Amino acid sequence: MLELKNVWKSFNSQDVLRGIDLDVGQGEFVSFIGHSGCGKSTLINVVGGLLEADSGQVSLDGKAITRPGPDRAMVFQNYSLLPRLSLLANVREAARAARPERSGAQTDEVVERYLSAVGLWEHRNKRPAQVSGGMQQRTAVARAFAVSPRLLLLDEPFGALDALTRARLQQQLVDLWQHESSTETVLMVTHGIDEAILLADRIVVMGNPPSRSIIDIIPVDLPRPRDRASVIDEPAFRLVQERLMALLTAEEPAAA
Amino acid sequence: MGGLVIVALWAVVARSSPDLPGPAEAFTALRELLRYPFYDLGPNDKGIGIQLGVSLLKVFSGFAMAVVIGVPLGFLIGGSKRAWAAANPIIQILRPVSPLAWFPIGLVVLKDVGNAAIFVVFITSLWPTVINTAFGASSVPADQRNVARVFQFGRLAYVRHVVIPHSVPSIITGMRLSMGIAWMVIVAAEMLSGNTGIGYFVWNSYNGGSLANVIAAIVMIGAVGVILDTLFLGIGRKVAA
Repeated sequence: MLELKNVWKSFNSQDVLRGIDLDVGQGEFVSFIGHSGCGKSTLINVVGGLLEADSGQVSLDGKAITRPGPDRAMVFQNYSLLPRLSLLANVREAARAARPERSGAQTDEVVERYLSAVGLWEHRNKRPAQVSGGMQQRTAVARAFAVSPRLLLLDEPFGALDALTRARLQQQLVDLWQHESSTETVLMVTHGIDEAILLADRIVVMGNPPSRSIIDIIPVDLPRPRDRASVIDEPAFRLVQERLMALLTAEEPAAA
Repeated sequence: MGGLVIVALWAVVARSSPDLPGPAEAFTALRELLRYPFYDLGPNDKGIGIQLGVSLLKVFSGFAMAVVIGVPLGFLIGGSKRAWAAANPIIQILRPVSPLAWFPIGLVVLKDVGNAAIFVVFITSLWPTVINTAFGASSVPADQRNVARVFQFGRLAYVRHVVIPHSVPSIITGMRLSMGIAWMVIVAAEMLSGNTGIGYFVWNSYNGGSLANVIAAIVMIGAVGVILDTLFLGIGRKVAA
């Protein structure tokens, strides 16, 4: 579905993405993990169409990605809601802009469905500043799903949230992806090893120069639905966890 | 407290300078002016309320025109680097020019002293409005721009939901600055234009030898200025909430 071939990108003559080769299949959930500055957010932005690669190919179903489109939606780390719009208007205006072919009633229906799915329908008239960070990020998740993207891109979506809120949002995300939406594929950048394992089918481990950007891709062979409490005792979980730990400690951040 | 010190100093200075009325005299003049603020005894003799009203009307007219023209202009300049590069040198040259320098031009073109004063207020109010609006429009945070790009906001939706909401506080600040300067400038413009208005009243009182009235008018001008500023501060706070 999503294909990246020998993708390079540099900022200020620093190679941030170094020869990325990656195929993501339909229906896959792929996590990206690595130290700060390893280029994982850059990679997500390239797939989202916010940044253009210097060289190489990025394509979705064989079509080159050059800019944002309604087949992809993003959730940003800092929520990025428009501060003067209500939660409802944030979701509605994004859905309307990205999907102009829908009728007003269709848009309203989708917006209500996803705002309800994340439990925010009764808070819909509040402004972002009037609700918690967790609620803001749920709004951002609803906004992304309301576009009905084929590919959902998450850039450290739960990094700024407390552990309990994060756990609940992870669950909501998986439920929405698997049962409530037509969204097929998810790419998620994360700092959390456990989060990566819990959610993903494959984990892409990224490293610092001079090595190539992708230093390993680890499959996660755990059946779904995964129960947060019991899954961490599975041998497969432990195995992946240890491997990630080994890779990430060997790959110390350049500054440390 | 600070006011008492000033009044005390004033009283001391006034005692040694016979031409300068003291606080008591000025207070009496102010009370006298406020007793019948709206009397109208012909073109050269009107109450201070009418004079202030005439000045305020001119200020609001010029100010409103400046906002109607300056805000869209600011959006245009702030929204495009090219427009900014084209407009910035002009603004930088014209901005430091005393607005009163425009008075003769207004007089020649508009052929009416009242309208010339409005024109001066317009020019005065234009720069802070344009500059602050442009600043607001050009400082939309990267994450909001990214949201607009990811969800493919059209130009209209982008301006309506991102640029305008983000710029409103800067616009109000620009309007508040404009109004503050406009209120200062109108007094000077009316001293030049004659006819009516609080600036004319000050000049007329000086020529009539009534410095007590001049001081009373200064107090009134200051009070109106504070009210105007508070009004815009209030609007700014209300909009920011």
